Amino acid sequence: MLTISQLVITGIDAIAILIIFQHTSSYAGFSLPEVMFLYGTSGVSFAIANAFVGTVDQLGRHIRAGTFDAIMLRPVPALVQVAADQFSPRRLGKLVQAAVVLWVALATLDVHWTADRVALVPVMIVSGVFIFAAVWVLGATYQFLAGEAAEAMNAATYGGNYVTQYPLSILGKEAIRALTWVIPLAFINWMPALYILDQPDPLDLPAPVRLASPLVALLLCLVAAVVWRAGVRHYRSTGS
Amino acid sequence: MGLYLAVALASVRRHATYRAAAFGGAFANIVFGFIRAYVLIALWQTNPEIGGYDVVAAVTFCFLSQGLIGPIAVFNGGLPEVAERVRSGDIALDLYRPADFQGWLLATDLGRAVPDFCYRSIPPLLAGALVFDLRLPDSPALWLVLPVTAALAVVVSFALRYLVMLAATLLHDERGVSSVATILALFFSGIMIPLTLFPACLRPIAELSPWAATIQIPADIFLGRYHGLALLAALAGQAIWALALLGIGRVLTGRVRRRVVVQGG
Repeated sequence: MLTISQLVITGIDAIAILIIFQHTSSYAGFSLPEVMFLYGTSGVSFAIANAFVGTVDQLGRHIRAGTFDAIMLRPVPALVQVAADQFSPRRLGKLVQAAVVLWVALATLDVHWTADRVALVPVMIVSGVFIFAAVWVLGATYQFLAGEAAEAMNAATYGGNYVTQYPLSILGKEAIRALTWVIPLAFINWMPALYILDQPDPLDLPAPVRLASPLVALLLCLVAAVVWRAGVRHYRSTGS
Repeated sequence: MGLYLAVALASVRRHATYRAAAFGGAFANIVFGFIRAYVLIALWQTNPEIGGYDVVAAVTFCFLSQGLIGPIAVFNGGLPEVAERVRSGDIALDLYRPADFQGWLLATDLGRAVPDFCYRSIPPLLAGALVFDLRLPDSPALWLVLPVTAALAVVVSFALRYLVMLAATLLHDERGVSSVATILALFFSGIMIPLTLFPACLRPIAELSPWAATIQIPADIFLGRYHGLALLAALAGQAIWALALLGIGRVLTGRVRRRVVVQGG
């Protein structure tokens, strides 16, 4: 019963979008199905990434409690252990809800569906999963330096999910640039969505950038892997 | 009374220690504040006045609500520390104390809220004021009312989280109950989107809900949307919810208590 009620209730933030469209039919140049498309793609990617690596934000707790020492001793990569800790299928509840929104969006979108656009949808979702996962791991690694940073990194993960639900064009240009080149959340769904929805890019970047999500995902995962390894190497036990 | 004051002061001292964690939380509140502000600004660009708010009021509301997230502890859902003690059996100790169980926890929670107002309410408002035009209360009398409405918001939120804690104890599902409670609170308090934007069918229900008394009402008082009797009525509404929810909590405590003793054995 509780799982079902949770499923319904995780959808409540989608209602916020419906409420916005009660007051306007065009939001920053995007229609309701277009914003639902952004919401759905971001939500699906986020939910999958959350299910697999979401618990890495508990790294600080492992370090404080000393359980990270035990993790280091086992012959399984530390990242896998931290990520698998307290795995709960409940974390997939959000996936169902986001998938429903995405399905409704795809059914109602007014898009000229060419083969490349159709193919780009799964590509952007998979790239989004890896970008979210890399951001999660990068944020968690920061806890090797500052153990109490768990809540601050919510800004990048949950905040990243939240900001990519909306057209990034609502932000100022500097913020969009930061989300493209510094923390490349724009490649989760914004850039490919511009291509699929044939919307103008507020930054006027060259067209191939819109298709760069898999490349960005790959690079960011490499960075995350290197940084994680450096973090583990510099880890010092609390020693108590 | 002296006992509860001592408990509250000890709680202030304890929570004032975790500065790094609090500022980490404030940082997340600030980032969300900026995103939400831009979400609202984009909507107000289509229409200069919605639900009685102009864009300055909407942005101010946004940073106020982010600033109140810490003091009213929305993301705790229930009372996680109590849930932990139920799990470990330490709760038996709490129930044997020669002090009122609910009163003890209320004092602890009020004490927790004080450093949260310093560390987590002020930074988002300052950050918002640096970038955007915010609307501050213009009359000195209103500044005097703010601590009252803020304290009532914390009490209402505590009374709600106390009930959530009781439900979690009964159902043996702390995480499930807490996450449902958190999402309801985020939605009906106005944090997710101001209640003034709600459609006509939902708006009166949301505005009369206890969650409105934790964010929407204090924020509207800050924005100077209540004057004279309406201001008193708004404060009375908060007080009524606080007393009613604390009362329900008291009645239910006795029933849950019997079960918990079995668990702790």
